[in-house]
Amino acid sequence: MRRTWLLAGCLALAAAHADETVVDARRSGFEFMTPQTQALQRDDTLNPGMLWVSEGADGWNKSVGADARSCANCHGDAALSMRGVAARYPAFDTAEQRVVDLGARIQRCRVRHQRGSALAAESSELLSLQSYVARQSRGMPIAPDPDPRLAAARDRGRALYVRRIGQLDLSCAECHDDRPGQRLGGSVIPQAHPTGYPIYRLEWQGMGSLQRRLRGCMSGVRAEPYAYGAQELVELELYLTTRAAGLRMEAPAVRP
Amino acid sequence: MARALINMPRTARKGEVIEIRTLIAHTMESGYRSDAEGRVVPADIIRRFTARYDDEVVFSAELFPAIASNPYLAFSTTATASGTLSFTWEGDRGFV
Repeated sequence: MRRTWLLAGCLALAAAHADETVVDARRSGFEFMTPQTQALQRDDTLNPGMLWVSEGADGWNKSVGADARSCANCHGDAALSMRGVAARYPAFDTAEQRVVDLGARIQRCRVRHQRGSALAAESSELLSLQSYVARQSRGMPIAPDPDPRLAAARDRGRALYVRRIGQLDLSCAECHDDRPGQRLGGSVIPQAHPTGYPIYRLEWQGMGSLQRRLRGCMSGVRAEPYAYGAQELVELELYLTTRAAGLRMEAPAVRP
Repeated sequence: MARALINMPRTARKGEVIEIRTLIAHTMESGYRSDAEGRVVPADIIRRFTARYDDEVVFSAELFPAIASNPYLAFSTTATASGTLSFTWEGDRGFV
């Protein structure tokens, strides 16, 4: 019973029958927040994440590297070229022959195409570019890359999701599939759909990527977190976005 | 210059009350937190915010450690004549 609601949601998207009405029980983390936090996210003049989006807009136009190229030189207006991009990531990268997340893809552009230096993981500069790109997909449904070469990575991601880890011996599924809506130390447990990343987290008092959040969860169950950029984190993200397929992007979101 | 977002109506009629919303990027380190090694992280906050309408101060605020990161301040003022609105944030470590 416990995991069938999730399966039902996925199946409903895969093959919607005209006669059946399958209720999608999946909810974005937005719906688990207090009205005050929701108000903070809804209003662009209040949302602190917009500070990073604004910085990202500048970063988009900034000349970088040996050839003094900006993102705009190749991609033009982000509102047009980046529309739907964040909703598709993590995606299969043909050059690297593996799945990459949005942050890694931006890094690759910086190093290979702009011929600049790589940005530090979770740095303000990288997060603002990520936020700016993700913002262009706001309102669009999460549409994971359908590339068949991602199947193995997705399965590995799912295996990570259900695997018990850490001193507390908990898996992601234990909280996020079995107990969403219940509380963990006073905080409401959401369903763990990455609808709004990068997020402004009130707990962090700053912006962070999904990798930061995943590492936080791993520390929370007293497991050794994977390093930033680890392939495991990307594969887990791939599984999470497949699990959240169809939910609307909210980037930049605010989370408690 | 730290990133700031300012929102206000583009135009206003004479005598109209306008709402101005400001958001500035600043860590607002309260001075009460400790890092992983147990050392207290020193305080680093914005202390004062001033809004001037053509050199006349129309709104000012003193901020204290209780204010969270990336402070948001909203206030209203009456539009009297065409002029320049300027906003100044002053804080620790010479933050302006």
